[in-house]
Amino acid sequence: MIEAILNYQFLQNAFASGLIIGLIAPLLGVFIIVRRLSLIADALSHVTLAGIAGSLFLSQSVPFLALLNPLYIGIIAAVSGSVLVEKFRRLYKHYEELAIAIIMSAGIGFSAIFISLANGFSSDIFGYLFGSVSAVSRQDLFIVIVIAIIVVVFLLLFYKELFLLSFDEEYAKASGLPAKWVHLLFMIVTALVIAASMRIVGILLVSSLMTLPVAASMRLAKGFKQAIYLSVLFGEAAVIIGLVSAFYLDIAPGGTIVVTSIIILLIVLLVKKIWLSAVIKRERGSLV
Amino acid sequence: MKSTYDIDLQQVSFQYDQTVVLKNISLQVKQGDFLAILGPNGSGKSTLLKIILGLLKPTSGSVHLFGQKGRDFKQKEWIGYVSQKSNAFNSGFPATVYEVVASGLVKKTGLLKKLPKNSKNLVVDALTSVGMESFSKHSIGELSGGQQQRIFIARALVSKPKCLVLDEPTVGIDHQHVQSFYDMLAKLNREQNITLILVTHDVDTVSDRISHVACLNQTIHFHGFKQDFQQLSDEDRKAWYGHSVRKIH
Repeated sequence: MIEAILNYQFLQNAFASGLIIGLIAPLLGVFIIVRRLSLIADALSHVTLAGIAGSLFLSQSVPFLALLNPLYIGIIAAVSGSVLVEKFRRLYKHYEELAIAIIMSAGIGFSAIFISLANGFSSDIFGYLFGSVSAVSRQDLFIVIVIAIIVVVFLLLFYKELFLLSFDEEYAKASGLPAKWVHLLFMIVTALVIAASMRIVGILLVSSLMTLPVAASMRLAKGFKQAIYLSVLFGEAAVIIGLVSAFYLDIAPGGTIVVTSIIILLIVLLVKKIWLSAVIKRERGSLV
Repeated sequence: MKSTYDIDLQQVSFQYDQTVVLKNISLQVKQGDFLAILGPNGSGKSTLLKIILGLLKPTSGSVHLFGQKGRDFKQKEWIGYVSQKSNAFNSGFPATVYEVVASGLVKKTGLLKKLPKNSKNLVVDALTSVGMESFSKHSIGELSGGQQQRIFIARALVSKPKCLVLDEPTVGIDHQHVQSFYDMLAKLNREQNITLILVTHDVDTVSDRISHVACLNQTIHFHGFKQDFQQLSDEDRKAWYGHSVRKIH
């Protein structure tokens, strides 16, 4: 395996991007989950699919656009989707989740049209839906690196503001925090991470890498930083195990990464249950 | 003329759509006061606090905070805020007590700036003020309602405020812990000279700790020393509250 990675550039691209996504997706995922926005990642990923499908269709009909990396249009679609979600959330103040339904439907609708116009499912589209070990180009890797730098700088600058906003929005506003702007930036960065992750995990599974490692970490962590460290650890473990098994089994890495994440989650839940029952037993014992 | 009050509201009114919530409120609070704002449900108490905090803009009238116009007031760290426990946070949130209290430093440091080097000491000091110094590594969700509310006071105290605004802070707290909670507030008021503005229903419990009372029901029906409030007749109280209120002793 290591020899193959050293010899083949496509494997280097896939593993380097995978490791970076294993870091940034759960990192941002912690904030997404505690802010109860996990479905927004799904909505944005479907908008990204519309962008990708649109780009693939255009590349067929306009030869000049064949050179354009579909990821760029995907990124533009995701970022526009994130801004629109915010607009709709403000429009339907008392039914904020409607924004997710609207954007998700729009994303799926446009995707269906573009995929049909591009003569149905191709192997390209399949790769974008479920991820691919072989399809990550050097250019894709560079895009992932640039997005990762943006995410890390954003979180370093806004960590304490995002924590306060996630924990207690009213208090954050009373502290003079421009909640609306910080939130909009956060949504845009989320859109970037979704666009960056789709090459490896695929559009349909990208939100899982943002939520499953966090779901596992929240059962164990006492504090917020601890939740972040554990989420990244579980995310990386899922990406490494998932990519290696996808390579050997010759299947889509999105599936193996997500299934590994679910296995990690189940192990954590089981360990926590055993640990809790041991504690209760010990306490009962000390009472007797 | 520059106001010498911590909080100075003049003829403040607030309207939400067509509903008048507050009408011609004039209220002054000076440094070291311990003011209890009393009023029936829907009397505009929380709206009044939100106007003081700058979360809502009055439809008319003026707000001065520490001698500055409310909208120009930049020293947000001078006014600490503690809301009702029930709507403050999601109890499953993975955060330690230390992390929660440290988050109050955002006011002091400002946006995008690093926390000060002595932030650890500031957090420990704030926790000590509320008697929770040994809980810093605990998860916030595993504490009782009363303990959580103390942590939220510590979060407000960590930026060294001159004034604390509390919106029914004892809602959802066991009755036996309410007394010690108010004792702690009285101690902060006495020893650190922190001005306290408290919206509450616990008229009896809080009465021997406060200095002033304001009775609110869309307008201010009474504002003055606690002793004068105690002299009010039953008719006066009915006129304000809509029905009879127990006298405080």
